Amino acid sequence: MTSPKQALAHPASSVEAAPGSQPGAARGADGRGTPPEGKGPWRSRLYRWDMKASPYVFIAPFFITFGAFSLVPLLYTAWYSLHNVQLSSLDTQTWAGLDNYKNLLSSDFFWNALKNTFTIGVISTVPQLMAAIGLAHLLNYKLRGSTVWRVVMLTPYATSVAAATLVFTLLYSWDGGMVNWLLDFVGIDPINWRESDWGSQFAVSSIVIWRWTGYNALIYLAAMQAIPADLYESAAIDGANRWQQFRHVTVPQLRPTILFTVVVSTIGATQLFGEPLLFGGVSGSKGGSEHQYQTLGLYMYDQGWIIGNLGKASAIAWSMFLILLIIAAINLLVTRRLRKSQ
Amino acid sequence: MRTTTRRSHRLLALAAVAALTTGVLAGCAGDSDDGDSSDSGNNAGGGKTTLTIGTFGVFGYKQAGLYDEYMKAHPDITIKENVTTRTDVYWPKVLTRLQAGSGTDDIQAIEVGNITEAVQTQGAKFVDLGKDVDKSQWLDWKNAQATTPDGKLIGLGTDIGPMAICYRKDLFEKAGLETDRTKLAAQWKGDWNKYVDLGKQYMKKAPSGTKFVDSASSVYNAVLNGESERYYDKSGEVVWDKSKGVKNAWDVAMSVATSNMSAKLKQFDKPWDQGYANASFATVACPAWMIGYIQEKSGEAGKGKWDVAAAPTAGNWGGSFIGVPTASKHQKEAVELAKWLTAPEQQAKVFAKQASFPSTPSAYSSLKPATATTEFFSNAPITQIFSDSAKTIPAQVFGVKDQPINTALTDIGILQVEQKGKSPEQGWDAATNEIKDVLGQ
Repeated sequence: MTSPKQALAHPASSVEAAPGSQPGAARGADGRGTPPEGKGPWRSRLYRWDMKASPYVFIAPFFITFGAFSLVPLLYTAWYSLHNVQLSSLDTQTWAGLDNYKNLLSSDFFWNALKNTFTIGVISTVPQLMAAIGLAHLLNYKLRGSTVWRVVMLTPYATSVAAATLVFTLLYSWDGGMVNWLLDFVGIDPINWRESDWGSQFAVSSIVIWRWTGYNALIYLAAMQAIPADLYESAAIDGANRWQQFRHVTVPQLRPTILFTVVVSTIGATQLFGEPLLFGGVSGSKGGSEHQYQTLGLYMYDQGWIIGNLGKASAIAWSMFLILLIIAAINLLVTRRLRKSQ
Repeated sequence: MRTTTRRSHRLLALAAVAALTTGVLAGCAGDSDDGDSSDSGNNAGGGKTTLTIGTFGVFGYKQAGLYDEYMKAHPDITIKENVTTRTDVYWPKVLTRLQAGSGTDDIQAIEVGNITEAVQTQGAKFVDLGKDVDKSQWLDWKNAQATTPDGKLIGLGTDIGPMAICYRKDLFEKAGLETDRTKLAAQWKGDWNKYVDLGKQYMKKAPSGTKFVDSASSVYNAVLNGESERYYDKSGEVVWDKSKGVKNAWDVAMSVATSNMSAKLKQFDKPWDQGYANASFATVACPAWMIGYIQEKSGEAGKGKWDVAAAPTAGNWGGSFIGVPTASKHQKEAVELAKWLTAPEQQAKVFAKQASFPSTPSAYSSLKPATATTEFFSNAPITQIFSDSAKTIPAQVFGVKDQPINTALTDIGILQVEQKGKSPEQGWDAATNEIKDVLGQ
């Protein structure tokens, strides 16, 4: 986290300094009623207006787009979630109060989706980050053609979800898929990857792991290269081997980066959608015949766009939003704890 | 130092203001330009009118060269097709655009599973085509499906899906079964259970790695689409759990799912496509539009090995409509194009290319499948078989949530029995829960 902070520090301080000192001067001039350096009053007024308004004009594009594409939809979704709205008749909305939310809390499908989102999230995030840190450590050694390795790491991330998932679907197809074919070699009976409970979840997480491990590894690698070399040198002088260096130097130094990737991966896992949808093939939004890999994102899509119950889908969207807020709060607490302990 | 900062600030502000104003002005200018050109295009007829047509899957219009033909005959018209592969992605998009009153194409295709929803909830958003066409050209039940309660015809029928059974002659021979299409049809005529019995016989001597049928769900759909009663009754009430048609189709599907004769594939999935290429199943319920699909997915290896026989009962599986949204800016031209595309001659051309079966009976006498298709299917008289089926299709009542109810039964209920080894009762209960969720009960 040290490098992003430093990067941020520069523009932040200059921005604060500029409007902070200048409007003060302008106000002083205006208060006395005499423009500085003998220029016309309209000029000073224009100048004052410029000082106050320009910063807002400069930051406006972001906030306008944010408002139009994030805030308004967010609030509109909240409004929808309190109504009975059907996709086929958006103009007739009847007030439902908290019915949609009550309906969700008593729906087995919702709890099932929440549980799946959690388990798939755990079995994809944990191995993924551990593998990433290991890979980053290996890439951090002096290697021949290190750029090639790094680029290769990023290729899965650059692949489209659709293409990757389609290939994985074929690999996992229960009749004639390559995975079952390999299992057959070792004498294991074919597994119906799409319909078995843990098998399908494993398959979905393997796609996630494949796509994101390299991406996270590169983030770790960047952070590792910022670790001063003399730390390793002194560790080596003290007689620490590679593994001990990794444990006692690399990992503690990476702690802020690890936290960052954990947060980003958790958010990604909560919103998991594309992989299970495409893995399911036709009617993939059901997440299997027993909803065994239906995530919250899929459940929302199924309710809103397949069944056409937009009110309920909006309620799911807001529930997801609240869950993310809770995760963010927990993360904040953990970060504070860690900082104190350091 | 100070003055330079100030000057640069002023310059920046000026630049920003300048940029904003020119942007606004350019916007205005752009708008009026657009207005002018399209106006002159419409009034003087000198410019070109671009008609867009929104479809899903493969409609075959482009493949049969119909757009080019129309544009040649009408030099002032340009046609652009916007294709979405999957219906479940296509339809929600159309619904939202219809209600927003903008963004729709000049012509929108509607799948038969969505036509009731369109008729009951979107009637006002489509142009009434009834006055412009000779309705008697189409099959009565096809028109009825696209007619609103107050008599508005919101869609013109494109294809229909009369059903037959496509089967692998070579596999049948190896399993010691009858291979002649008329004798086969006679063996299972009138009762899908006889078809299942033949499957049991097939499995006794089945060539290794093959099953009798692709999936229990496809058998379910095939049976259900021949029943007059489905999920809704005529008054629009949901009766799926009391419906005789559903019961019958479910029972047949259950005997398939529990007797190891199914390859357990999911239709339109990638592994299903592979199933055609690897010849892993011997029969498939075969609506006319499936002919083109089989030919494409089986490839050269399947040539001459497939054959077509009449199905146990006649039924209609699939088929679409095209309608003109009132939001279309070129309604008159769009209606003309829709009329032309769905006229018997054009439907016959699509059949020749894609084997999509016409919904206009007067085209039946002139139907000619492509020679490649005929050869592929062992010279089976597919025109004759599908025409005969089309004539005896029962009229079916559809409902607003027909599609999600069907998905719940096939992709939850039947799939649990077929792939997870659940009992038929458990499968039925799971489907019931799902349908309750769909209907918001």
